[in-house]
This record gives sequence, C-alpha cells and structure tokens, in this order.
Amino acid sequence: MCIHRIAAATSLIVALAATACDKGGSTASTTGVANNASPTPPKTLTYWASNQGASLQVDKQILEPELKKFEEQTGIKVNLEVIPWPDLLNRILAATASGQGPDVLNIGNTWSASLQATGALLPFDDAAFEKIGGKGRFVAAPLAATGAVGKPPAAIPLYSMAYGLYYNKKLFQQAGIANPPTTWDELVADGKKLTAGGKYGLAIEGGNQSENIHNAFAFGKQHGADFFDAAGKPTFDTPEAVAAIKQYVDFIARDKIAAPGNAEYAANQSVTDFATGKAAMLMWQVAGANLKSHGMNPDQYGMVPIPVPVGATGLKATSSMVAGINLAVFKNSKNLDGALQLVKFMTSKDESVALNKAFGSIPPVKDAQGDPAFATPELKTISEVLATRAAPLPQVPNESQFETLVGTAVKNLFAAAAAGKPTTNESVKAELTKAQQLMPAS
Amino acid sequence: MLPRLRRAALPYLLLLPALVLELLIHLVPMVVGIVMSFRQLTQFFIRNWSAAPWTGFGNYRVAVDFSAPIGKSLLNSFWVTCSFTLLAVGFSWLLGTAAAIFMQESFWGRGVLRAVFLIPYALPVYAAVITWSFMFQRDTGLINHVLGDELHLVGEKPFWLIGDNSFAALTVVAVWKTWPFAFLTLMAGLQNIPRDLYEAAAMDGASVWQQIRQITMPALRPVNQVLLLVLFLWTFNDFNTPYILFGASAPEAADLISIHIYQASFVTWNFGSGSAMSVLLLLFLLLVTAVYLVLTSRWRDADA
Repeated sequence: MCIHRIAAATSLIVALAATACDKGGSTASTTGVANNASPTPPKTLTYWASNQGASLQVDKQILEPELKKFEEQTGIKVNLEVIPWPDLLNRILAATASGQGPDVLNIGNTWSASLQATGALLPFDDAAFEKIGGKGRFVAAPLAATGAVGKPPAAIPLYSMAYGLYYNKKLFQQAGIANPPTTWDELVADGKKLTAGGKYGLAIEGGNQSENIHNAFAFGKQHGADFFDAAGKPTFDTPEAVAAIKQYVDFIARDKIAAPGNAEYAANQSVTDFATGKAAMLMWQVAGANLKSHGMNPDQYGMVPIPVPVGATGLKATSSMVAGINLAVFKNSKNLDGALQLVKFMTSKDESVALNKAFGSIPPVKDAQGDPAFATPELKTISEVLATRAAPLPQVPNESQFETLVGTAVKNLFAAAAAGKPTTNESVKAELTKAQQLMPAS
Repeated sequence: MLPRLRRAALPYLLLLPALVLELLIHLVPMVVGIVMSFRQLTQFFIRNWSAAPWTGFGNYRVAVDFSAPIGKSLLNSFWVTCSFTLLAVGFSWLLGTAAAIFMQESFWGRGVLRAVFLIPYALPVYAAVITWSFMFQRDTGLINHVLGDELHLVGEKPFWLIGDNSFAALTVVAVWKTWPFAFLTLMAGLQNIPRDLYEAAAMDGASVWQQIRQITMPALRPVNQVLLLVLFLWTFNDFNTPYILFGASAPEAADLISIHIYQASFVTWNFGSGSAMSVLLLLFLLLVTAVYLVLTSRWRDADA
C-alpha cells in the first residue's frame, strides 16, 4: 500500500512538472514546429507566405500557378505553405531559434528591424541586390520599411499598402454631407451628423492590437510624437503621444461617433459594420476585396486619404504608416542562390503585377506600377498616400514589443472608455507609462 | 531474503520503461528551460543561444521584484489565477458530484442525459471556446441577448470579453469545460460503493443527506483526492481557454499566469524572463502538490 502511494505520488509529481514545464519548455519544444529537418535538396525551396487573401485556400490558388511558372523557368520546385497571421511571427521565431526554417518567407514590414536584430535573415547588401535586379527597381517609401537605417535591408518589399478613409456615399448623401472630411474637426463633425438611429459615423477595430498600433502611430506623427528617441529608447508616454492616443480613443469616449461595442472588435467586425451600412466611415488598408466579399460594391463607397489636423504640413501631415509585406531570405537556407532567384522572380514586373492585382495591393516595383490594373481611384489614392504622406513605423529592434505593449494599452483604454469610465490625459498617460515600463531594459 | 528483494524490485522494474521515456521527453526540455532562465535570452541571441550572457538570478530578481512593474503584473496575474482556479475547480467539483449522485438512481432517459453531460468534455477545445467567444460578444452575442432582451436583467449591455467581466466569462467557460470530467470520474467512483451499505442505512432510518455524508463522501475520498489535484493542476495551467477567448493579450482581470508567461516570453521576445517565471510556477505547483499529498495521505492514515 505504502509503495503504491509513493509511486502514485511520484508519477503525479513528474506529470505535474511536465505540465508546468510545457509553458517554459515551449521555447525549446517549438523547434519541433519547423520540422523540415532533412537537408534541403538543392532543387527545392520552402516558401512561407503570409495570408493575404480571404482565406489560406485563396492564397494557395493564387500563388501555386505562379510558383509553377518559376519551376518551369528554373527547375526549382517550391513547397508553399501559407501561414495565418496569428502564427507567423511565432513560427519565424521558432525557425530562428532552431535554425530549421523556410528558405524564403513573407514578413510584416513592421517586423523588419526586429527580425533583422536576430540575425536570422539574409542582409540585402549590394551583391544580393545585384542578384535580384538592383535596388533602383523599388519604390522609395516601402524600401524605407525594410530594416534599421544604415544597415543593409533585412527584406525587400513585396506588396505595398496604405491606410485610407472609406466612406459610404449613400449615408453621406442622406446626412447632407457633400464632401468627405479632410481634417479631424470635419471628420468629428460629420461623424456626429451620421451617428443616429443605431448607425454610427465611424467603425473602429478597438480590440485589435495591430490596428490600434497602426493608428496610434499615424496619430502620433500628426502630434509630433515619436515612440522611440534617437538612441532607440522607448518614449511612449510623452505629452504628444498622450494627446495622439487620447484623440483616437475619444472617438468612442468623448465624440461618441463610434459604437462602444467597437472596443472589443478584433476579427474585422468593423469592416463588416461598414459594408453593411452600420457605420459610415472606416479607416483601413486596401479594404476593397474585403468589402466586396460582404456585398459592398466599389460604386457604393469612396476612398480618400485619412484626415490630418488643420494646416498640418511635413511629417505632421502623415496620414498613414507605410504598410506592406516584405519578402525575406532565411540565412540558414541550404540554397541561398535558389532563394534569391525566387525573390527575383516574385518581384519581377510580371509577377509583381499579377500578385498585387490578385491581392488588391500596390506593387512596390516601379515598372509594375504603370499597369492599368492599378489605375482605379482607390489604388491611385493609396499610391499617392504612399508616395507623399506615409511614414514607416519605427525601424528599431524593439519595434515588435512596442506593437504589443502599446497596442494592448490602447485596447485597455478603449475597454475603459466603452465601459463608461472617463478618458483623461492622466488615464492615457498611466497606461502608456505602464507599457513603457514593461519594455525590456536592454 | 532474495525472493523478497525480487518482489520489492518488481514494481520499479515495471515502471522503468515509462520512467525512461518520461525523463527523455519531459526532463530534457525542462532542463533546457531551467538553463534558459539564468540567461538573458532576448531576440538578439535566439539564433545562437550559447552567446546569450549569463545573468545569474537576474531574471528571477526582476520577476519577484513586486514593487516594479514586471513583478507587480506577475503577482497580479498570480492572484487572478489563484482565485480563478479556486472558483473553477470548486464549481466543477460541486456540479460533477451533484450530477454523479443524481445519476445513480435509474430513471427514464438516464443514458441520454449522461451522454449529454459529457458533450463539453468530448468537444474539441478550440471549437467549443470559440463558440463561447461568439456568445459573449456584446452587440451580437447570445448571452447579452438572453440577459438583456429576453430576461431584462441588465439595462446597458455589458462587455464580457474586455474589462472586469472577463473574469466571470472565463470562469463560466472553464467550469463548463471541466465539470464533465469530474462527473465522469465520480460516477466511476460511485460504482464501487456496495449498494447494500445504502440499504442498511435506509433500514436504520438514515435520510438521503445522511447517506451522502456518511457513506458516499467517505467512500469517494480516494477518488476525490486525485480528482481535485488533477483539476487544480489543469485549471491553474490552462492556456487554451483564455488564449482562444481573449487572444494573446488578455484583459487584466483575466490575465492567467500561463498567458502572462507566454506574453513575457513570446510577445516581448524575452525568453529568459519567461523561463524564470515558468520555473517559479513549477516550484509553486510542486510545493502545493507535495503539501497536498502529504496532508491528504495523513488524513487517510488517521482514518485507517
């Protein structure tokens, strides 16, 4: 009996230690995630694509025929895996930690500097650029979002996007508004006119960290806030940053032009609300395809640059981040030459046109931009914003921590505002200070 | 002498294969995790771990410095997890016990009801919890529709997935997900209690409540001992439920320790710090388990 009990106790403790360590050990065990352990044969490449279309399946259907062409041209077979956004960064980190990863991969362009710091990505120095056709082929704005200033880019631009203000033409007409807003004062005034009878002026994705951080960044630029100083140290809670984020949260808290329920939106419900006429305006990057899937046709909405403060010029007239997807080469690739060939292929004029057309984005390659497919009013506005009124997110190693911590802070502020708690300079500053204190010390 | 020795060694021999596998699969990552906790393993070093500087107890000092933000939020997360575990395990056990006892009587439809009760346990976690998250949505969710539009219990529709109510939402889902296991285990335990004990008690004029207290509960003690421990460990370590319900950044009121550690390591890319927190969690759970086993075993010895 006694031995029995000791044995039972021992096995329980071991099992418990195992469960507890699953959490800690996950960093170690994630090495199993990237399990292409066998050495890559020279004639195949593994490509991790990000999810750009309506579903993983849609992405596969778009990419596979193109990769087939690459195989016909070069004899290199590409194993494609489309990875959902919530998993992508973890998969990349696991691949970095284990050294076992894809040959070529998509990254969100805001991660460029963070991933650059890990040393996992092949730097695109002059020699590497030579192999893919030269640096001069790429548009300047997206090229600024490929890594820290003064270092060779960690990735090169693949798809470009920018934020725009989408507005519902019919609802604007019904409210007697002739033109879409160009300043925030106008937007709030219009929003108040449009907020009536269960409909709201603006739809916001308040529970979504990424959307929060993208907006916080653009609002910040307009108020003169930089979230990092010149030495790369975080400066999250400056008065400018507080003013910027308060203005954003005030759409729910003070102006009441966005529905309180928007505070928990994290699965693109704001796009649905806009498409179904529940809200009259939406700030989004290339929403066209998404809106269409919810039954809203291009003639029902208009798109203009996101408003700026009255009389803003220079950086204070920034109306969007430089949004987009970059293509990177994993330094541990057994087939660097083939990987660069694939990068060259994916950014060639024809592929850039085909892929950006399919995903509704703008090609970051100069000679592809002239294609008539990108001459729609929506895409022309995006091109113009990118060229003249967009700034890249901070290109510092701690950028991805900034996204998480400040994105969460804004989410918390929206939650408090929606619950009816007052949003003040102090409450905003407190959240931002907390976020800054959680940043790694190094 | 020799046969006795051989008989004593037999259980250990039988356990050996399992033990070796257990060590291989679990001990290696555990040791790696512990080693990591003594290093400053940030994004700059994940490609080459061995280059990460040693920090001694630096990560631990940061984790338990409860006056600084990182320690304070860890402590908050710890208390949230403790109260969540207490409530979730308590309610799961209560529901499971009550249901198991009621199901002892045979009545029409008992089999069907048993099967229905087990559904939450049989459903894939992701599918079940994502459904709950739809139900908890403020504007379009079923919960607010029932509470507000049908029963008129709440005026302004409350939020369940953000803010303070998220704790209640999390607890409800955890209880829903966990209690069928308690039910199943206790039902099995009840099969082992001889019916004649109850008959004898009934002859002596014991009420149903007295039968439960004097016969059922003592007989279930060994089952309960293991059941409560397992429920405690599962619930305390639960990652799936809060992650699926709230995403990577849980509201402060529902910031369970597993999510918190995930954030500390994966989201802020500081794996050394996350490992140190994991090791602390491991030590805490080991301590609780050891104390629990010693205490419950002693009660059993005293009984015998």
